[in-house]
Amino acid sequence: MSKKRKLMKVYPIEKNCISCRYCEVACTMVHSESKDPVKAYKLENLLPRATVEVKEAVSLSLMCRHCKHPFCFDACISGAIMVDENGKVNLDEEKCVGCWNCVLVCPFGAAHPMIREEKRHSFKCDLCGDRGFPACVEACPNRALIYDFER
Amino acid sequence: MLFKKPQVAFYPFMVLRDDYKCVRCKSCVDQCSFDATYYDEDLNMIMNHHENCVNCKRCEAFCPTDAIKVVRNPSTFHPDANWTPEAIRDIHVQMLTGAVILTSTGNDKPIKNYFDHLLLDACQVTNPPIDPLREPMELKTFIGRKTDQLQFDSDGVSIKTTIGKQLELEIPVLFSAMSYGSINLNLQKAMAIACREFGTYWNTGEGGLHKSLREFKDHTIVQVASGRFGVDLEYLETSAAIEIKIGQGAKPGIGGHLPGEKVNEGIAETRMIPVGSDAISPAPHHDIYSIEDLRQLIYALKEATNYEKPVFVKIAAVHNVAAIACGIAHAGADAIAIDGVRGGTGATPKSLRDHVGIPIEMAIAAVDDRLRKEGLRNEVSLIAAGGFRSAVDVLKAIALGADAVYIGTVAKLAAGCTQCQQCHTGRCAWGITTNNPKLAKRLNPDIVAENLYNLLRAWAHDIKELLGAMGINAIESIKGNRLRLRSWGLTEQENKILGVLPAGM
Repeated sequence: MSKKRKLMKVYPIEKNCISCRYCEVACTMVHSESKDPVKAYKLENLLPRATVEVKEAVSLSLMCRHCKHPFCFDACISGAIMVDENGKVNLDEEKCVGCWNCVLVCPFGAAHPMIREEKRHSFKCDLCGDRGFPACVEACPNRALIYDFER
Repeated sequence: MLFKKPQVAFYPFMVLRDDYKCVRCKSCVDQCSFDATYYDEDLNMIMNHHENCVNCKRCEAFCPTDAIKVVRNPSTFHPDANWTPEAIRDIHVQMLTGAVILTSTGNDKPIKNYFDHLLLDACQVTNPPIDPLREPMELKTFIGRKTDQLQFDSDGVSIKTTIGKQLELEIPVLFSAMSYGSINLNLQKAMAIACREFGTYWNTGEGGLHKSLREFKDHTIVQVASGRFGVDLEYLETSAAIEIKIGQGAKPGIGGHLPGEKVNEGIAETRMIPVGSDAISPAPHHDIYSIEDLRQLIYALKEATNYEKPVFVKIAAVHNVAAIACGIAHAGADAIAIDGVRGGTGATPKSLRDHVGIPIEMAIAAVDDRLRKEGLRNEVSLIAAGGFRSAVDVLKAIALGADAVYIGTVAKLAAGCTQCQQCHTGRCAWGITTNNPKLAKRLNPDIVAENLYNLLRAWAHDIKELLGAMGINAIESIKGNRLRLRSWGLTEQENKILGVLPAGM
């Protein structure tokens, strides 16, 4: 299993992260219906999949690492979490039953629970799926996020 | 306590927030380094301590939904041309602190800007303009002592005369002295990269040269100031030129004081002082009380570096600047840098910043005149500094008689500075004039180096366009060519000092 995977991931560069949270807002925006940041937060009640962790001078943006051995995949009881041929970990929000096992087992805290009136599912970084290029990387003003092949 | 002190009650700026647009991302809370913004969990709202706001506009720039505007407080004192809000506020501050008011950046008072009263010439009919995009245009400038006359070999072609080491500039613009301590290493590194890429020079300031920047030695001017911080033989040799700093435009006649709490390990090592100790630059150099003393230091530095480095002397533009500059030329300097009244700084008493010194335009004209009259102009290069805003200012300064121009504030602006005048607090929200690791990382040296390179490139284009319009294809031909300048709205006396004719003549 030490074979290199052909997977592109988002890598945070801690020394460049200025905790501005553009990645968070960009993430929320592109995953919304309206594609408008204000409506995404206020009307669609969305939350970001990338979260900025700050402790004094240290900060970095954290999102799904698409692990080689994803604990969330093992823990998922509904088959909502699948690993594709490149190793990308996908979460099907329709199949998710909201047991929060993935939220509990993720060592990075990258899977989040979404509790809304009509829906109850977990969500995490999907590398911007159809968009082609992760919005957080595009939004970062200080080159603290890069999109690169897995090292 | 509900009672508020006057400087808290009458705050100059306030943060307006459109609460509908605010998505509570808390970016502004994290970005504000002046404790003016906080998140109230009970109300689930972002709130402000307006009295702490310094109008740095970091929150405004980083609000992803454009929900923030930082504005002047609309509440004013009774309108009074004499007792302006600034005058009243200064009294309120001083009555409580009993101290001088510290500030930073350059003079913000409406001192007449003579560049705005000078107009450049262009060619029409009788002499052709040049298109800089189609024809070669030379901005190359050499800084250093030039020879009195050329001697030729018997073939009459080969030059026998040798001249001392010159600094070769691809654009007559250098980055002026900003020390490690007053700014952080990231901006110094950005300037160094931009200089290496473009072909110009940056100045270390008085705080020594950090070892991580020694690879840029061929584009570095090292400064020797009254505190002698970080000066040793290796420092002097790791340079393209050495500058002796006598004075600075923003604070002529006083030294510097970097508070001990700012002296972290990197600064302590570079300045060669203990961690946490105050870095005090005395007002005078204690070994320089005359031109003869200055000559001794110039030659001591030249001797130490085997006469391989040009030695500059930097002074503030003060009332007798022409005579002083002459003395410096006699003392053997290779270049004189003159910093005008609008020059910036990382910390200075407000009274000095705003009221001491003379405008750089007058100083250039006076010094150039005097050096020519004494037959010394070829022996020294003249670098002007203090408040240059654009390529046009640079070209006008060169037409008045400068060889090159130092820019400092412009470099800061290119790094994101919004001129909020808080450099002395060490809390710069843009990560420029701070060594707080959380704030300093906001300045990515690679991004800023690209910005600075772009800026130099743009200015080079601008200067070439202006030269082309004047029918000149080399910056050398405009140097001190005051006939290509006309003035407007100046008195006869001002025209006489500047050596320019009024428009129409």
